[in-house]
Amino acid sequence: MSFIGDMVTVAAVSAGAFFFLAGTVGLLRFPDTLTRLHALTKADNLGLGLVVLGLLPQTESLRDGAKLVSIWLLGLLAGATVSQLIARTARQNETAG
Amino acid sequence: MSIATVFEIVLAAVVMGLGIWTIAVRETYSATVGFVAYGLLVALIWVRLDAVDVALTEAAIGGGLGGVLLLGAAARLRDADAMAAEAPGRAMRASAAALSILTATALAGAVLLLPDPAPTLAPAAVANAWATSLANPVTNVLMAFRAMDTMLEKVVLLLAIIGVWSLASDAAWGGRPGPRHEADPYGVLVFLARLLPPIGIVVGIYLLWTGANHPGGAFQGGAILASMWLLAIMAGLTDTPPVSSRWLRLILIAGPALFLAVGLGGLWFGAAFLAYPAAQAKPLILGIEVAMILTIAATLGLLLAGVPERSSRR
Amino acid sequence: MSGVTVFGLAAAAAVGLGLYGLITNPQPLRKIIAFNLLGSGVFLLFGVVGRRGAAAGIGNDPVPQALVITGVVVAFSATALAIALLLRLLQTAGSTTLSSGAPPGAGSDPSGG
Repeated sequence: MSFIGDMVTVAAVSAGAFFFLAGTVGLLRFPDTLTRLHALTKADNLGLGLVVLGLLPQTESLRDGAKLVSIWLLGLLAGATVSQLIARTARQNETAG
Repeated sequence: MSIATVFEIVLAAVVMGLGIWTIAVRETYSATVGFVAYGLLVALIWVRLDAVDVALTEAAIGGGLGGVLLLGAAARLRDADAMAAEAPGRAMRASAAALSILTATALAGAVLLLPDPAPTLAPAAVANAWATSLANPVTNVLMAFRAMDTMLEKVVLLLAIIGVWSLASDAAWGGRPGPRHEADPYGVLVFLARLLPPIGIVVGIYLLWTGANHPGGAFQGGAILASMWLLAIMAGLTDTPPVSSRWLRLILIAGPALFLAVGLGGLWFGAAFLAYPAAQAKPLILGIEVAMILTIAATLGLLLAGVPERSSRR
Repeated sequence: MSGVTVFGLAAAAAVGLGLYGLITNPQPLRKIIAFNLLGSGVFLLFGVVGRRGAAAGIGNDPVPQALVITGVVVAFSATALAIALLLRLLQTAGSTTLSSGAPPGAGSDPSGG
């Protein structure tokens, strides 16, 4: 059981790290704010979610797992709000400038 | 060289790179962002150093609240960026570089020459933990063994907020700090400011409560409560209170006053200033921490709100 | 070279960097940021000393940890006071230069303070 848990952890965390890498490459290479936000939200939602999924087999109790999932949900909430606010400001600057 | 050491070396290198970029970059706004990222990575270093309480404090206060403070200032100073003073000349930069290299080398030498059976107070802290019956040794040190430092630190926070308030202009004396924020009442920011503070308040109080036996404490919880208050202010859901209001000032002095009262009680009824009788140590410490978290939350929030700018009479 | 020593060397480098930025950067906000960098390097040195003092079942000596927690909060409040001073200087003088060559009262201060 713990071997399967470790395999899941390695696979999921590696996938999450790949999404973080993709998000960072997108942040550095995309031309403008809106596309960069698009790249960052991939890192936020998918990458963090996969990392949390990978850490779940390593927790010792259901409560620790629930805490990890709530961290992911809070990260989603904050990321979504901030992305919307930045995007709206970028659009306003675009139409004004 | 294990995987963990490789990770730590990479982490230290990234942190150093961020530090160099923060100092060297041309625009002030970029330096601010770099510093916030630096603060959050330093919190990771604290976790690797096995000091989780400090990591929480660094992430919440150094990275989070400090980041908001610096970003706000950088935004307001962005227009003034163009009229920056002239950069210092080559001789000044060379001597500053020499001084910095000398200091860094001396410190690095001190680090490499640290004594090998390292002196430590951890056994003393563990041996005396019976006096408070709390399981978190850092909370023991903060609230019992070196409680004088913590009490004086509350006074320092009070002095800082008095300093900030005293900068108000005559017309705004005793008024409300900062501008009146307004946001679209159906927008995302207001939604977040309605959704997050209940969760944040629970997390903050949980951090205070669990600080007795696990990493946490009044400072970390107070920082989270302050940030929830600031979120509500920034979304326009509530306004900053006028700094002359009595209840606000009572909250600000509640922490140090209760601490001082317990300390004098220890002098009157017990062995020394701030001595807790062993039976009542835990309730006394928790009581002081409750007053402390309110004061810390109010003080940190007001330090971020800034100098009073609007007259309270309007 | 253990991880803890690497962190100690990084802390020493942070102190040096912060000192350099504090002296050479002409803008006050950059000086404040460099000062905070210097402070975080000092705190990390405390942390390294504490980590080497791990004993009696705790991973890090609690006394330096408590000192650093106090230090982080005090450094934040000092930064807040410094930034309040800086913004007030911007409001009254119109610029944030620290050199004495700027004409006094160059900026507008509508609240008359």
